[in-house]
Amino acid sequence: MKISFKLNGNDKTIDIDGSTPLLWAIRDKIGLKGTKFGCGIAQCGACTIHIDGVAVRSCIYPTEMIEGKSVTTIEGISGEENLHPVQQAWVEEVVPQCGYCQSGFIMATAALLKENPNPTDDEIDESIRNICRCGTYTRMRKAIHRAAEINLKQAEDIENDQRK
Amino acid sequence: MTKENKETSNQPKSKSRRRFIVQSGLGTLGILAIGTIVFRNPLRRMSYGVAETLIPPYAGKGNKANLWLEITKENNLVIHSSKVEMGQGTFTGIAQIVADELDFDITKIKVIAASTDSGVTDLLGTGGSFSIASLFTPLREMAATMRELIKQEAAKKLNIDITKLYTSNGTIVADDQSITFAEALNDVKEWKLPKTPVLRPTKDYKYIGKPIQRVDINEKVTGAPIFGIDAEIEDMLYATVLRPEIIGSTIESVNTSAAENMPGNIRIVKRKNWLGVIADSFAEALAAKNEIEINWTTPDKIWTEDDLREYLQVGNGNKMITQKVGSQLKENEEEFSLEFTSPIGAHAQIEPNGAVADVKDGKATIIISTQVVFITQRQVAKALNISSKNVNVIPTFLGGGFGRRLNTNHAVIAAKMSEELGRPVKYFFTRKEEFQNDTFRPPTHHIIKGKLGENNLLEYMEHHYASGDVAVNSALMPGITNTLMGTDVGAMRGGNIMYNIPNRRAVQWHRTLPFATSWWRSLGLLANTFALESFIDEMSIKAGIHPGQFRLNMLEDDSKGNRIKNVIKEVLKISNFNDKTNGNSAMGLAASIDTGSPCAHVAEVSIKENRIKVDKVFCVLDCGLAVNPDQVKAQCEGSINMGISASLFEKMTIKNGAIFPENFGAYQMALMKDSPKVIEVKLLQGVDDPLPVGEPPLGPIGAAIGNAIRRITGKRLTDLPMKLS
Repeated sequence: MKISFKLNGNDKTIDIDGSTPLLWAIRDKIGLKGTKFGCGIAQCGACTIHIDGVAVRSCIYPTEMIEGKSVTTIEGISGEENLHPVQQAWVEEVVPQCGYCQSGFIMATAALLKENPNPTDDEIDESIRNICRCGTYTRMRKAIHRAAEINLKQAEDIENDQRK
Repeated sequence: MTKENKETSNQPKSKSRRRFIVQSGLGTLGILAIGTIVFRNPLRRMSYGVAETLIPPYAGKGNKANLWLEITKENNLVIHSSKVEMGQGTFTGIAQIVADELDFDITKIKVIAASTDSGVTDLLGTGGSFSIASLFTPLREMAATMRELIKQEAAKKLNIDITKLYTSNGTIVADDQSITFAEALNDVKEWKLPKTPVLRPTKDYKYIGKPIQRVDINEKVTGAPIFGIDAEIEDMLYATVLRPEIIGSTIESVNTSAAENMPGNIRIVKRKNWLGVIADSFAEALAAKNEIEINWTTPDKIWTEDDLREYLQVGNGNKMITQKVGSQLKENEEEFSLEFTSPIGAHAQIEPNGAVADVKDGKATIIISTQVVFITQRQVAKALNISSKNVNVIPTFLGGGFGRRLNTNHAVIAAKMSEELGRPVKYFFTRKEEFQNDTFRPPTHHIIKGKLGENNLLEYMEHHYASGDVAVNSALMPGITNTLMGTDVGAMRGGNIMYNIPNRRAVQWHRTLPFATSWWRSLGLLANTFALESFIDEMSIKAGIHPGQFRLNMLEDDSKGNRIKNVIKEVLKISNFNDKTNGNSAMGLAASIDTGSPCAHVAEVSIKENRIKVDKVFCVLDCGLAVNPDQVKAQCEGSINMGISASLFEKMTIKNGAIFPENFGAYQMALMKDSPKVIEVKLLQGVDDPLPVGEPPLGPIGAAIGNAIRRITGKRLTDLPMKLS
């Protein structure tokens, strides 16, 4: 079946069996490899993307359900010049080791900060439930707080510019 | 044109067997390659090296120049790495080492994992935490040789005496002239190897010893397609494989007709132990797999967890004394003993195993996340009955290694499917396949006995440890280990007693289990140190001596003993260690030495609502020269979090002949909420050169947590994963 949606800001139509998990549509039909396969049952979070701004584990999400919706993957969150604040924070804190799970964590964090711009440690524990086998959790926590700071700073800068 | 030079730098004799070859014309114009040749029998040396917990040297292959360092026309440097990058930061360390010795801008360096076609192959694979430690000197010697070669050519081109030239960030500079490395190398046909390349003094390092940013950071925060599972070959098909769930069973009969009618042009490839379902897309292959009707044979024995525990215990299997000092405890002598166990552990790396294989016209290309490029090549060649020369293995970044990718039988399966179908095939595991066909961390059983002497220190101590295969039966150490050592050198890691107890012995009881077990990050160290350091802690309580002092009093005054003492003293200091229980929280201390790197942890643990929470961990590691202190700390943090996961949550079990659980979630692992908010790492440098980093910090974490719990609850937890009730 033909399914039309927005992918990383652009209109997209693909022809695929609607029951195919969205993960495979993104990786193999569309060819964006940043979204990862880990478990296939929404347990590990490696396949986390945004659908209409909300973090979703794409390995169990039927592709037919994205008709008319807006899908964002790791490839779509940064601008051409600048990394997304969460990616910036990840670089500053040197978070990744093997790097495989990191797209999922970055996407989960970006969604969390949109909802809760300055989460506490407990709120991070509650909402970031992906698995990182290299054990980068300690740096990720720092990076999540740092990303919140960067966001805040950017918001202030915009406000100051507007005042001028 | 090839010239050789047996002399090397001002290195001590033991390291002076290396010689360099330089060869032009391996690539396009302006490429220089330097190779190394070492050791007649690297595997034999390696076995000893590992057994003695020394660092095995770089073990190259063949006697031709390999492409290591490549300067492009644009004056960028490509390093063809003999080691793969699985998160441990080796690519960054390698770039730092070469950048300093060659005098090159690190931002213009790209490190790639060498494919077998390029020639650089390391018979050791990537593991054992040896990468930086083993490459530190050879890489510097190679880069220094290259630097001198480039200066020679620059001298000719600029017509200036070589003594008046110096290097600066990829250029050769004279008084008022300069020429880039690439310009200096342009059109060179004949190479004359310089005599003894003098290595740069430590004080001149710009990169080594500094917290340089990871060279792969950008790819890893932007989702770049760098992993094996991301690889594609034009026209490829997607495969999934069915394997027996019950240990020891094989395919009896199969009905694939329903599956073959499913969409995606389903193809079937059948062998004794596996059935491949291949389709135009992975989703279609998975859907078709669900329609397969299959009957498996019933093996003679249906294993249970109880069977396994009975089979694998101290007193059973191949007995080998791995340490013997003084005399043995006499029968009936008053002693204290504790019994410990650790479970089957899964690697659970997040990138599933798999390979993209393209077999045609008697040649094979394999793109794969592997820790053993050389073994993958050999196994595929053997399975296809072609020469290794006709198999090109292209290693990618690994989505976690942890020892799981030392066994790449799946490359053979992918190659067999590609051969039969005449098309490239991408095959990777489902998570269930991953969990049920892991090369697991073997379960262990330990009995430790001890007796305090009149000085209130241990007078006798005995560690009996039973383990399944770690190094034995590993393709990495074919047979040699068994015959040379008579024991499993992998299971032995951390098994001997590091304290100077007058009468001490360690005895290994090894047995090969009915399912595959192998290397898991730190090998035997995790379970052995958990047992030993829990026991030592218990004895310090019996002796009524501060746990730090008890340990310090029993360590020798030699260089090794002093380095262990130093990490213990330092961790007591930075943690402001307090032996007293504070309500529902307490601190626990533990230490170990692995591959020459001593490490001590203090874990601050609390118990709330019957849940064990590790609040804070202090870690002191002496890994010699830390080439990248930030990434060494990252390895410590990672080891601690992985160790917490293994110590408090992870466990595979055998039920009705099958290994469970089948997926994440059911296989509990540490998440963000379980990770300590603070991990404070301090590095000591007890020796000049770099030592292993990636595994030693996994040793003490389990015992440090258990020792803290003992102080809160009064109970000694002796089984991993530790549970309160």
